[in-house]
Amino acid sequence: MQLSASHLTVSRGGRTIIAGLSFTLSAGECLAVTGPNGAGKSTLLRALAGFLPLGFGAVTLSPGTDQSIAERAHYVGHADALKSSLTLNENLHFLADLLDAGLGGLPVSAAIAKMGLAHAADLPVACLSAGQKRRAALARLLVARRPLWLLDEPLTALDEPARNLAAQILSGHLAEGGLIVAATHAELGVKARELKLGALS
Amino acid sequence: MTGARRLKKKSALAALFFRDIRSGRRVGGGTSLGIVFFLILVTVFAFAIGPDLKLLGKVAPAILWVAGLLATLLGLDRLFQADHEDGSLDLFLTSSAPLELIIVVKCFAHWLLTGLPLAAAAPVFGLMLNLPVPELWRVTLSLLAGTPALTLTGGIGAALTVSLRRGGLLFAVLILPLCIPSLIFGVFAADASETSAVGFVAPFLILCALTLIAAVVAPVAAAAALRHAGV
Repeated sequence: MQLSASHLTVSRGGRTIIAGLSFTLSAGECLAVTGPNGAGKSTLLRALAGFLPLGFGAVTLSPGTDQSIAERAHYVGHADALKSSLTLNENLHFLADLLDAGLGGLPVSAAIAKMGLAHAADLPVACLSAGQKRRAALARLLVARRPLWLLDEPLTALDEPARNLAAQILSGHLAEGGLIVAATHAELGVKARELKLGALS
Repeated sequence: MTGARRLKKKSALAALFFRDIRSGRRVGGGTSLGIVFFLILVTVFAFAIGPDLKLLGKVAPAILWVAGLLATLLGLDRLFQADHEDGSLDLFLTSSAPLELIIVVKCFAHWLLTGLPLAAAAPVFGLMLNLPVPELWRVTLSLLAGTPALTLTGGIGAALTVSLRRGGLLFAVLILPLCIPSLIFGVFAADASETSAVGFVAPFLILCALTLIAAVVAPVAAAAALRHAGV
């Protein structure tokens, strides 16, 4: 499996954020997107997921299937995509059903336990702390298997044990031949190639 | 409250339906609040018109329909906004279920929590307005057939204003004019007084047709709006 972007150009609100960016990522590789605030890290991730129209260029995930890249990717953005009125358990069951691509995944209870949230499984998400919500957001990477992970600042609000846990999950995904593109300011804890944005302009 | 751990896998759309119903019932009093709002609107109209029972009975279908329209649109501007704010909307785009069907499911869940209780409460509130008993079922049926169109049309407005912080007023300005056809034929169908020459069946069928048109057009329009919302 290979993700390749060629001559990627993305504009938002009439301003060109990314111009002529090309890279390829092979199975088992992690790309750490770095750069100062406003360099276009989130924009790049959203463009890769297909949420933003490309001004020019193309993103391909080969071998191609009839599914779009978005359907084969996990996107973890700044928001945790959890409904605060529902319990953690209900949220993850929903996300497992919504994102299931037929590739299986961990049972919800196992994913919750792995992220160290077993004691909070039946609490409404509104009661959880920012770090616990972030752990829950990462738990959805486990409940539905998808080859490409697009992670926007995945380690925000996580404590030291949770960062180690996240690194362990990321390296597990890479070992299975998955691909990761992560925008980050912190060390991911896995071997990653660096893509520096904002250096050219 | 939380229910037993469900082991059975559901399809993406079924899971979305149950999630929306569950969170809709838990937040903001759910269905009861919409009915109370409906009741208040009807009562305000009755107070404004005064104690002329004959006049009240005559305009009751119109009052019930306008109140039903406003109560249906109440809260509808948040249909996609909550999902936009918490990031769920991005995940809908990564689901294998088409966005158009996701919108249909969300509108249907919203209608079950707002439109359906309104139609069910309409005969009771009709009695309050001195609506003749034989006409009660007409109002109920016309609201039952017409409110889905209001919810679906509102879905377009909700999608267009999804990224606006205070989009409520803009939403109403955009959507209320589009609801006028349903309102006209809904009141026509509900009004069985001697002066009404059209009867029940013709306007009711047109009302059903409007709902079917909305069911086809609104999800496509709302999906296009969501995809280009710069989300």
